[in-house]
Amino acid sequence: MKKTIAIALSLILIIAITGCSDSKSRSKGVYMLLDTSGTYALELKKAQSILNYLLGVLQPGDTLAVARIDTGSFSEKDIVAKITFDERPSYANNQKRAFQQEVNSFVSAVKSSKYTDISGGILQGIEYLNEQGSGQKFILIFSDLKQELAKGYKRDIPFQLQGFNVIALNVTKLRADNIDPNQYQDRVTKWHAEVDSGGGTWSIINDLENLDQIFAN
Amino acid sequence: MPLANMLSITSNTFLSMLIWIVLLLAALYFARKPFHRAMGSFSRIIHNAMRLTAASVLSAEKKLVQRNREVLMAAGLESAERLVEREFDRINAAVVRDLEGYPNIQRQLSELTTRLDEDYSQSADVPSELPNWIPIIESIANIKQSGDSMVANMLGEINRTLTEQHKASIENYRSSNAARHSILNKMLPVWRRVQKALNDIGKSIGNLNQRAKSIDRYMDEYEQIRMQSDKAARMLSSSSLTQFFIAGLVLMIAFGGALINFNLIALPMSEMVGGASYIGPYKTSDVAGLVIILIELTMGLFLMESLRITRLFPIIGSMDDKMRMRMIWITFTLLAVLAGVESALAFMRDRIAQDMEALRQTLAGVEQAKAATSLIPTVGQMIMGFILPFALSFVAIPLESFVSSSRTVLGIVAAGALRLLAFILRLIGNLGYYAGRLVINMYDLIIFPSIWLEGVITGSKSKTKEPVEEQLFEDGGITEEAVDNFNDTIEYKEPQE
Repeated sequence: MKKTIAIALSLILIIAITGCSDSKSRSKGVYMLLDTSGTYALELKKAQSILNYLLGVLQPGDTLAVARIDTGSFSEKDIVAKITFDERPSYANNQKRAFQQEVNSFVSAVKSSKYTDISGGILQGIEYLNEQGSGQKFILIFSDLKQELAKGYKRDIPFQLQGFNVIALNVTKLRADNIDPNQYQDRVTKWHAEVDSGGGTWSIINDLENLDQIFAN
Repeated sequence: MPLANMLSITSNTFLSMLIWIVLLLAALYFARKPFHRAMGSFSRIIHNAMRLTAASVLSAEKKLVQRNREVLMAAGLESAERLVEREFDRINAAVVRDLEGYPNIQRQLSELTTRLDEDYSQSADVPSELPNWIPIIESIANIKQSGDSMVANMLGEINRTLTEQHKASIENYRSSNAARHSILNKMLPVWRRVQKALNDIGKSIGNLNQRAKSIDRYMDEYEQIRMQSDKAARMLSSSSLTQFFIAGLVLMIAFGGALINFNLIALPMSEMVGGASYIGPYKTSDVAGLVIILIELTMGLFLMESLRITRLFPIIGSMDDKMRMRMIWITFTLLAVLAGVESALAFMRDRIAQDMEALRQTLAGVEQAKAATSLIPTVGQMIMGFILPFALSFVAIPLESFVSSSRTVLGIVAAGALRLLAFILRLIGNLGYYAGRLVINMYDLIIFPSIWLEGVITGSKSKTKEPVEEQLFEDGGITEEAVDNFNDTIEYKEPQE
């Protein structure tokens, strides 16, 4: 009898422990990179709608960070806003409101940068999400994917993207792409290959009506 | 070496083929008897094995049916006992209630009878008759006047006095009669009260008679069940099936109620236990909500048990009344507290839902719609949150019916399945038997030239000496049993076992 009770108690304990440890592995971590270089800074209004979608979809316990892509993006200073939502829905709602305000303020006051360091942003995103320990990790790149590094910046480090979903959003075609579409294809293929070689999953969403595909898988 | 070359005995292909066919027919002819015996044995093995298995299955089915019948009868006896017990309780209550009041009624009736008697006696008092003044007055009036005024005056005075006294006497007589009538009038409500008291007694006795008839009826049913008659078995089986389906339907409705209840409290529970933690694959808040509902159901179950409405836990029903009353109050209080908690959670849910909707509108960039000022949805949710736990507590009643009737229904289904299995086994056995016969006949059909030749050579005499295939099958004595009925199978096979 005592043995049975001991087994039952152990089972309950195991379930409780696994239940607690399970919460992190089920949470989502989203790191959104906003390209502020050149003319693409004008597209940031669209980024706001994406962010609103994310705020509506993310649940208590999930993590969201928004960072800008500028000349040197591998820096904590480039993180515009970051939050891990409280477990209580009512608190999480208030946090979402505050987060939206913060990003809106950034978008209204943003200045375009000379260079575009996408790789640095991705590296920073990997570091941040790994630190948060989210179960499902998403790096959203709101950019035309044309990287332009300032002199002296080295970004030939391979990405460690196991368990990461990298999604390029609103990849606009540049004037040169219109003249030679191969340039656009090459750009996309290059990033795709880099993410694949890092062990991550790559996808593109250009139509912002299909944002539900971000978490479809 | 190719096979064609090996088969070519002569250079002529047709001749080679013919020789091979003749050799083959000869070989098949010589192997005919062993083949017939082997095939006959094989088909008999299949047939007998299947029939034995079928008999065993049917035996199990018979035992199961017997067991079902016992269970059904036991349940029926218990139910009949409960009914009789309830009727006796009612009779007891009626007798206690009526007999308690009986001395009072008797006293009332006695008092009323005494009063009636007294009133009757009073009304029987005859008023004093009028004095016989009239002849005296007439005789005085007839006295001849002598002209003496003094006499005239005296007579006049006598006449007046007599007349006045006469009037007074009449008045007295009338008032006496009026008093008697009044007494009689007063007797009327007393009579009515007596009649009412007697009617009440009559009703009580009538009620007792009715209960006694019900008890007689239940006792008849009880006797039928005790005798385990087929009529009782049919009645109980039908009743059990009806109970099963009705209880199942009510449980499904209750499940719907529990689901609504769950939806009412799952969201606000995330505010209490957090919305991001999980137990296994389920959210902790959902599990917590489910646990609350299950606790409510359990409390409801215990409450019904304590009230002796259901009898799922005999230990609760057999508690002494004091302990049972305590249990009733404890479970009811817990249920009320949980209902209050649910009501509060429902209120919180409404607030969270409003907040979420406002956030969605903000994120969507649309102008925020004015919040509904009506409190009806909020109050409605709170009332539902409060009522549903109490409503769910009544699930214990259909649950008990479902559990008790499911034993019978499962037994019937299992018996049916066994019967079907026995049928399939018998079918396979018979198919095996006839397949054996078919193969033997096909064999003979293939080698018919050899058989024909044998007939030609040996003539009709030898035919009778050889065991034909029917004889091979009849040896086992199974040809006729292939079409017998199920009930004979056990009787037939049991000696073999």
